[in-house]
Amino acid sequence: MKKFSSLLHNLILTPSRNTKIKLLQDYFKILDVNRSYALAILSDQLSFQFIKASKLRELVYEQVDQHLFDYSYDYVGDLAETISLIWPIKKEGKSQNLSTLIENIRKIKKSEINTEFSKILSGLSNNERWTLIKICTGGLRIGVSERLVKTALADLYNKSINEIEEIWHGLEFPYENLFQWLKNETSKPKIDFKKLFHPMMLANPIDEEKDFKRLDANEFQAEYKWDGIRVQLMVSSKSVSLYSRTGDNISSTFPEIIETTKGDAVIDGELLVGRNFKPSGFNDLQQRLNRKKAPKDLQKKFPVFIRAYDILFYKGKDLRKLYLFERRKYLEKFQKENKRNQIDLSSIINFSTWKELTKYKNNFHDDLNEGVMIKLKNSEYLPGRKRGYWYKWKKNPKLVDAILMYAQRGHGKRSSYYSDFTFGVWNKNELVPIGKAYSGYTDKELLVLDKFIRNNTINKFGPVREIKKEIILEVAFDDVFPSTRHKSGVAMRFPRINRIRWDKPINEVLTIEEFKNEFKIN
Amino acid sequence: MDFINHQLFIKDINVHIDPILPKKTAIITHGHADHARFGHDHVIATRQTIDIMKIRYGDKCAKKFTPLRYGQKYSIKNYDFTLYPAGHILGSAQVLIENDDHRLVITGDYKVGKDETCKNFKLVKCDTLITEATFGLPIFQHPDPTDEIQKLIRSVKINKNNCHIVGAYALGKAQRVMNLLRQQKYNETIYIHGSLEKLCQYYSKEKINIGKFEKVSSKDRSFYEGKIIIAPPSALKDRWSRRFPNPIICMASGWMTVKQRAKQQGIELPLVISDHSDWNELLDTIKKSKAKNILITHGQEDALVYFCKKQNLVSKPLSIQGRSDEEIE
Repeated sequence: MKKFSSLLHNLILTPSRNTKIKLLQDYFKILDVNRSYALAILSDQLSFQFIKASKLRELVYEQVDQHLFDYSYDYVGDLAETISLIWPIKKEGKSQNLSTLIENIRKIKKSEINTEFSKILSGLSNNERWTLIKICTGGLRIGVSERLVKTALADLYNKSINEIEEIWHGLEFPYENLFQWLKNETSKPKIDFKKLFHPMMLANPIDEEKDFKRLDANEFQAEYKWDGIRVQLMVSSKSVSLYSRTGDNISSTFPEIIETTKGDAVIDGELLVGRNFKPSGFNDLQQRLNRKKAPKDLQKKFPVFIRAYDILFYKGKDLRKLYLFERRKYLEKFQKENKRNQIDLSSIINFSTWKELTKYKNNFHDDLNEGVMIKLKNSEYLPGRKRGYWYKWKKNPKLVDAILMYAQRGHGKRSSYYSDFTFGVWNKNELVPIGKAYSGYTDKELLVLDKFIRNNTINKFGPVREIKKEIILEVAFDDVFPSTRHKSGVAMRFPRINRIRWDKPINEVLTIEEFKNEFKIN
Repeated sequence: MDFINHQLFIKDINVHIDPILPKKTAIITHGHADHARFGHDHVIATRQTIDIMKIRYGDKCAKKFTPLRYGQKYSIKNYDFTLYPAGHILGSAQVLIENDDHRLVITGDYKVGKDETCKNFKLVKCDTLITEATFGLPIFQHPDPTDEIQKLIRSVKINKNNCHIVGAYALGKAQRVMNLLRQQKYNETIYIHGSLEKLCQYYSKEKINIGKFEKVSSKDRSFYEGKIIIAPPSALKDRWSRRFPNPIICMASGWMTVKQRAKQQGIELPLVISDHSDWNELLDTIKKSKAKNILITHGQEDALVYFCKKQNLVSKPLSIQGRSDEEIE
């Protein structure tokens, strides 16, 4: 545990990618007993049933005054780190093995979790405590992606990263077959590809200035970028399953797709809500997300379908090495053969110059797409975000000027800075908040805002500061919906700070009525 | 205690403690720039603090200086002033002010832990305590500085081709880091940023063991491989630090307790070495001072005010103008 926790400590503090790879390799080189758990943790595949953030808070409140903890958490901005530092009992025992420790925790009975887990926390050093809590709550956020871990392993054992990517989703804890193959003790693990989620091909944002000069429009095709969730649908005569972008099986959330789909293929597409293949917006889709099951009335009210972008397998044949325009023919064939599926095809936009494509991208009449995807016609289906093949070009965001009202300290890399901003517009002589944003600004703007907030706080409500109404933020957002949950009656999708409007006086900001009219709410 | 206002100003006799702007009479607790300023008529402080002010601002930074020994009483009308060691940096002092029957102590910046570079903190009983709260949250529980300095020494041993640049405030922290290295038998020459030179020379003259040091010069890059260089935190991000071979950026500060803070500042090797009291030391000092009235300034006041109120002590924050939290030495 000591070695693993100092690995995480060093990883989080190392800015250099190469140094991170070296740290990972040094760790995986020596530690044979713990490598399985280490790999599971670093690729975020280990979870504990009973120990969630709320349970940890409960444990810490047994030890520390709640107010003092809350002040500290507000300051630190990271639950694991706050608990590890504030934990009052420190009788650091002999350092335990990572794997022994995890197995011991797994054996704890639910009824004894409070005393037993507290005992374990008390026996660790600050850094080990931090590590253990990070492991339990998942999502390490130490600046190490799954991809980086694979790269480190590939380099260490002279394998290609693509070989690891290919079998990755078919591997299971404790990854013995992987490690043996890496060390050339056995051949490459056999994976049943039909049952396996295939990592998706992702797009890079286009750089309008550089890329359009460089790229030949004739070599690319464009499609609309739909605002749903990206899915992979696996269909065979025996079974149908649906996976999210990250490889989670979401079949039970969308039973109507599973029940109705026929054929033999692996399809890449966008899951959308709507009738007769007419998408009805992300707000509706949200009613269907993050549920384990979908009751019949919900299925009726918010029916879903898949808009297919691509095809990876057709009747057992791996198409991923074919080019996009060739795969498209198979996709159309699949579609024609299975007309009753809740699947339609993403249409291809015809254009001959980049300028011509602009009008499709900014097509504001149709609010339901987010812009366009630009894909190399001769692109194989490559996992991950490879440069030079697929690009996304988002439509210009909507903009509104709003007044900064409240601020709160951020989390993670923005912790300690006042970086979460609530902003509002006029409602008669008062302000009413319309949204909250914690991104979009430059580092310099953040410093200026942080300083302004510290010097212009007029009220404190716990961690929230009310700010003198002087700063106008230009807020960019993807969309806005009516909402009954918010006082203003509106909810924004992905608001972020575009810039600070030093030039504008606060009385020129819109009223909530004007705002609703401009963006056609109710 | 009504005789002093929230700006640490005693109107009755026109005396300020650590004023930001030039004043007639200023009692200065220590030489850091957010406490000791240029341009007062009359400065009252320890001899070392006065020396440090002269090094930093020139001999004429005040019209008149009155050096006080620790424990020596100085009276203005019916007010008696006495300075006591604060254990923060060389020359740092707490101020005891006695008026009628009331004893008020302004701690200035202080730490309770041992430090060879200055006189150790002395607890002074009083009725009203004005305490700092730089690290006034229970997450701050400073580790043994010896362990922290060992981390640096170990890293130097392992990473022979790198140089270690340690960010440390020019006054106090830099010399403490040097002294801690010497205590751990690190006997190599320590290289310093030019802005540290005069203060290091002064510490040496005052017989503080900081060992052999040398100003960084434009030597061959490879010369600094395996060396320790000490620089003010501002120089870490500057072009200055890029001239060195594979630098490992370190920082000696109490703020380094929080990993996310270290990461934000691009620190690869954080060393939790603080010249301020940690949470437990703050609480302990409040308790042992026997003061019934606690005013809290300089940092994370909220949690400490909350704690004092729970102990049935009268307590409130004192926001001194011109000082923002988290930027102090």
